[in-house]
Amino acid sequence: MRTFPIGGIHPHDNKEWSKDKAIERLELPDQVAITMIQHIGAPSTPLVQKGDKVLTGQLIGQAVGFVSANIHSPISGTVTAVDGYANGQGQRRLMVVIKREGDEWVEGIDRSAEHKRECTLSSEEIIAKVKEAGIVGLGGAQFPTHVKLSIPDGMKAEVLIINGVECEPYLTSDYRNMLERAEELLTGVEILMRAVNVERAVIGVENNKPDAIAHLREVIARDNYRGIEVMPLKMRYPQGGEKQLIAAVTGRQVPPPPALPISVGAVVCNVSTTIAVYEAVQKNKPLIERVVTVTGKELKSTHNFLARFGTPVSTLLDIAGLPEGDNKLLNGGPMMGRCIVDLTAPLIKGCSGITVLSGKDAVRGQELSCIKCAKCVEACPMGLEPYLLSKLGKMQKWDAAEEHNAADCIECGCCSYTCPSYLPLVDYIRLAKQTVAANIRARAAANKK
Amino acid sequence: MNELLLTVLTLSVLGAVLAVILYFVAQKFKVYEDPRIDEVEKMLPGANCGGCGFAGCRAMSEALVNRDNIASLNCPVAGGETMKSIAEFLGKAAGAQTPKVATMRCGGTCAKRPKVNTYNGPKSCAVVNSFYIGDTGCAYGCIGYGDCVAACKFDALKLNPETGLVEVDADKCTACGACVKACPKALIELRKKWPKNRAIYVACRSKNRGAVVAKVCKAGCIGCGKCAKACQFEAITIDSYLAYIDPDKCKLCRKCVNECPTGAIHIENMERLPKEPKVVAPKAEVKVETAKNE
Repeated sequence: MRTFPIGGIHPHDNKEWSKDKAIERLELPDQVAITMIQHIGAPSTPLVQKGDKVLTGQLIGQAVGFVSANIHSPISGTVTAVDGYANGQGQRRLMVVIKREGDEWVEGIDRSAEHKRECTLSSEEIIAKVKEAGIVGLGGAQFPTHVKLSIPDGMKAEVLIINGVECEPYLTSDYRNMLERAEELLTGVEILMRAVNVERAVIGVENNKPDAIAHLREVIARDNYRGIEVMPLKMRYPQGGEKQLIAAVTGRQVPPPPALPISVGAVVCNVSTTIAVYEAVQKNKPLIERVVTVTGKELKSTHNFLARFGTPVSTLLDIAGLPEGDNKLLNGGPMMGRCIVDLTAPLIKGCSGITVLSGKDAVRGQELSCIKCAKCVEACPMGLEPYLLSKLGKMQKWDAAEEHNAADCIECGCCSYTCPSYLPLVDYIRLAKQTVAANIRARAAANKK
Repeated sequence: MNELLLTVLTLSVLGAVLAVILYFVAQKFKVYEDPRIDEVEKMLPGANCGGCGFAGCRAMSEALVNRDNIASLNCPVAGGETMKSIAEFLGKAAGAQTPKVATMRCGGTCAKRPKVNTYNGPKSCAVVNSFYIGDTGCAYGCIGYGDCVAACKFDALKLNPETGLVEVDADKCTACGACVKACPKALIELRKKWPKNRAIYVACRSKNRGAVVAKVCKAGCIGCGKCAKACQFEAITIDSYLAYIDPDKCKLCRKCVNECPTGAIHIENMERLPKEPKVVAPKAEVKVETAKNE
């Protein structure tokens, strides 16, 4: 069974807590707050003002520039404010607050449950629809999907890889999507194959989800989906990282930045994103909701919700029932999730799950000295030297950090996970990466002048 | 005996020949350096702090000697007097420099700005700032792990464990600006240094609305604008719900201090103005005119 060649770890997947919970549609929230930055790139421009009436699916945030995404209203109602509010990490972001009145949709959106398989659109038309629907990578990185699908001149896609790995412990939203919405997913794959003009698509799924693999294979055989293959992958974190998945499926290594996955002929798209593409292209439905896992060992109940964006995190957690005492709330899983310190914060496009860690799981170990065991070097899937980068970050040697490729770090957290001295390796590397990236941008801007 | 003599002779001759060669080589490749650079370097404090904008005192003295106009160059550590004597020594005109002092603009002590979450990651402000706002509710306030304290080469900053805030020792501070760069929340500003270390400044950087600020911190500026109204010198401006006192316009009259409802305006080494008893303005009688007359 295949996997990526270097690094990686094998944490307990902890999926048993929520993997058998069917997707349930969350009641429409009374009020939503929509962040104008739910993608990598420049923030979108709000198109509505206080007092405006909006319909579900109406465009409320216009993308600015190429690497940016549209934002649509997830409910119908009145805009009560356009102002800065705290996001999950407490940072102030421009948000549009909408108070719900009924549930009226924009005309032209097909809300029927009927499955539409046939698609005769051209590649450009599909990409235009994806762009219009504001689809971004739902695996967490929030990279605008239309940018991924627009193949640069002189390059050719050879294989479409669908990321069904979900290597992050605890999260089960992609898994539930593969089980319950396989037809939509596979039609989405066909559409994406048209968009990037390839004959072959591979759905990579880790072998801890045998029923998803079996189900997808069954549907492919039954409904005769051509050129789509389900590839079981050996369970290993961070297999869901774009570069790791390409290496696992094709055996090719993506060169360091600024090279993109397309330079080795691969286009990677997440399972949930693919379903969103299906809905955008076949049903004209913009990206206004997603499946989000709410999980944790000590939660009163765990769920896989289909929730509209902008729903306050507290609404989800109230249903799940937070355990008493201090808890660590994460937007995402325990390896890469970002902390949530403000429960009024809204659900965003990149939130595949909310993980609640309690008690011992929530506390870091006592930091000790580095014993030079090099476990972090062995674990790093990017072939970096985490002990060194973290030290350079701590000493603020940004130029040296750049030389040692701090910008290549994918922040997977394998180094911190393996460290027997509980060193906060990834924390300092993330700092170094951010600073190095800012320095590179500043240099590029200076050179342009 | 002969051998000994031979050895000594050989080495002596070799040494003499090499010395001559070295002498000519040194003459040939001599790099002329203005001797005044060394002199100026001696006059500078030698802290190598980078506060002047140069890599160190040597680079600064080279600039001082080589540039024609040195009015814009200033060593904040040495101060105006030393700069004047250096300018005199070089026969150039010194620029007028106002002494400055680092000012930490956050008043959110542990008591006034309660912690709302527990952070047990690395104790570094930069790391905290790289992924969230910190363990209090305020996105603009002091994180309190002392990145600025570590950056200070003059031992002028101190973390007060009781308040959780950083305090500046104005006597030790040389205004080199290292702490300004180190603070990820841009809380530290180099402000005009008054005699006897007097100071008035707004100890808050929160650009949130007043209601949001009041929720998370009892010492924050809520942008009510009372201070701006009280100021006779137009030194106070309000921008995004935040007051700012322009140190160049402020005359230390202290009228704003009593106006501030949250105590966000800090004064140092000065007494507050005595509080005037509040004069309740007699309510002007408003005649209600109704539309009946028409």
